[in-house]
Amino acid sequence: MKGRDEIAQALAASGYIADADLATAISLMQLLRRPLLLEGEAGVGKTEVAKALAKVHVTELIRLQCYEGLDQSAALYEWNYQRQLLAIQAHRGTDSIEDQVFSEKYLLERPLLAAIRRAQAPVLLIDEIDRADDEFEAFLLELLSDFQVSIPELGTIPAITIPHVVLTSNGTRELSDALRRRCLYHYVDYPDVDRETRIILARVMGASPSLSLQIARMVEGVRKEELRKVPGVAETLDWAAALVGLDVTNLHDAPETVHETLVCLLKTHEDRARVTPEVTQRLLGKVA
Amino acid sequence: MSCCGSSPGYDDLNEVSRLVSAKLAAFLRTLREAGFRVGLAEGQDAATLMSSGYAARPGLLRAAFKHLFSARKSDWDKFDGLFDAFWLGKRVRSRSRTIGSAPGASNPSLKSLQDAAAEQGSNQSAVDQLPSSDDAPEGRSGEGRMEGASRADNLAEVDFRKLSDPDQVAQAHEAAARLAKAMRTRLTRRDFARRRGYRLDLRRTIHRNISHGGVPISLVKRQRKDKPLRLVVLLDASGSMSMYTSVFLRFIHGVLDQFREAEAFLFHTRLAYVSDAMKEKDAGRALDRLSIMAQGAGGGTRIGECLQTFNRWHAARVIHSRSCVMIVSDGYETGDAALLGREMAALHRRCRRIVWLNPMMAWEGYTPEARGIRAALPHVDLYAPANSLQSLRALEPYLAKL
Repeated sequence: MKGRDEIAQALAASGYIADADLATAISLMQLLRRPLLLEGEAGVGKTEVAKALAKVHVTELIRLQCYEGLDQSAALYEWNYQRQLLAIQAHRGTDSIEDQVFSEKYLLERPLLAAIRRAQAPVLLIDEIDRADDEFEAFLLELLSDFQVSIPELGTIPAITIPHVVLTSNGTRELSDALRRRCLYHYVDYPDVDRETRIILARVMGASPSLSLQIARMVEGVRKEELRKVPGVAETLDWAAALVGLDVTNLHDAPETVHETLVCLLKTHEDRARVTPEVTQRLLGKVA
Repeated sequence: MSCCGSSPGYDDLNEVSRLVSAKLAAFLRTLREAGFRVGLAEGQDAATLMSSGYAARPGLLRAAFKHLFSARKSDWDKFDGLFDAFWLGKRVRSRSRTIGSAPGASNPSLKSLQDAAAEQGSNQSAVDQLPSSDDAPEGRSGEGRMEGASRADNLAEVDFRKLSDPDQVAQAHEAAARLAKAMRTRLTRRDFARRRGYRLDLRRTIHRNISHGGVPISLVKRQRKDKPLRLVVLLDASGSMSMYTSVFLRFIHGVLDQFREAEAFLFHTRLAYVSDAMKEKDAGRALDRLSIMAQGAGGGTRIGECLQTFNRWHAARVIHSRSCVMIVSDGYETGDAALLGREMAALHRRCRRIVWLNPMMAWEGYTPEARGIRAALPHVDLYAPANSLQSLRALEPYLAKL
């Protein structure tokens, strides 16, 4: 089991710039065997945490993207109907055919079943759990406490390994207390200037430290404007890549380019209209 | 959940000194008082952490406890202050603590309701309150179905402003909560519309047709469940509405209590999200929490600005295509009426229906003159009075049709 400092180093080595709290959360996941629930605005890098965690544990990442109407057949397992039908046709008249077609051979693993049947514990990312409905949430809670699956035709399948479970939520629906209490909770906020600078440095080839700092400060200013869609970390990285690609080394030297490339950050017509060249100038004025 | 501090059978706690375990139990109590949901499992895990080296490093312990005990953003935000105050003895900025008390005892909106009614020289005299045989008018089931002219029936017609004595106020609250409950049940029951033939259930089809050699002769269909109606209530808690606020709070509490999808907000000069407070099982406690949130009223009503806040920060989260937004307000806008119109239009584009309940509407000679109401009305699907239980009850068929 890795300690907190070791985890922090491994996260940094995997390219994820985490705050100290997150390393604590990940070490607690192992110690207490609880899933981690990440909440935060869209674009703050919640899904990235799971990817980094898989790198830290040097293991596979299994992702279940939730959506409205998600059910067991998409999340847990499904029978391979085409093969079953073919087998039934081929063995017509055989008594034991029913037992045969409902055997492991005809079972299709979906993410949740795959996650408990790996030889090495994978990271199971349950993305945007708030988009699934209450019934699915209840079923998931059961799975997260027992780590075994009942398949009527096969019986109970116990877990071979217990996966590292990460759930993310954007808060489109209030989650149940039971699920919240089962999990460790971590709120992922927009990174501060220092952390965002380090993220740009780690992720954008060719971005100098001074330019990265300017970009992070500028983005911080943009986030304080009253926007409909606040830019996330992914947008910051896009913008940084665009500026580097256009050979900008200092934002003050190319105010027009800065304003034109803000399309990387501003994703709605209203937001684009709100950030006029004058606003860009004002924000640039605050960037040292 | 019971407190876990001194209960036996705590293997982990045996390793931690008695003093520390007592302190931990006290900390868990503090968290519960601050609204955290802390159960036995969390207590055990906390003990595990303290016995595995975390206790020696306060910074690390705080981070670990924060992840363990928080369940939502509000917990996350206030945890550090609580931890520092408890373990490190730091001063913490005072925060509103709810004190469980009798419903209404410390409820300013309730008090104002009574005071206002008393000032009005209400025509409901105390003579009506003779301890007679029609005492205890509590209908056990559907409200207002009792035989004879019970007080509950009479109550249905009475304007909430005119409720004078505490008994009647309590009854109105009970009735409002019951009505909300009945509405909730019927609405959600309707939500499970069966639409046969939406999709094939292949798995069951295969099972059923094995005897036909796998040829899918008899098909098994899946039934799709409709999205339930989501009710989003925005309640005006400004001074001009004070005579109605408490009854509506109670009504909303009833609606939110186990209603599958409902959210509530209070607004006056600011907007406050109150669903969490409303989901307190104990109505008295919920109302106490809400009355604290409703404070600050009296500086006018900025409906437009509050709606703007709602549209910007909350709408995406709480509104989907089957949402009905219920605004309870008299429409006296002290801010910018044009802004209110714009925000109402934006809200209307997002949701299925907007219902505006205006308690003043039933007053004799009332016309919607207020600028706010005039700006909002073009975007409202149903504009109805809501000054008595009768008028609340009349809403149900409308909501059920959504």
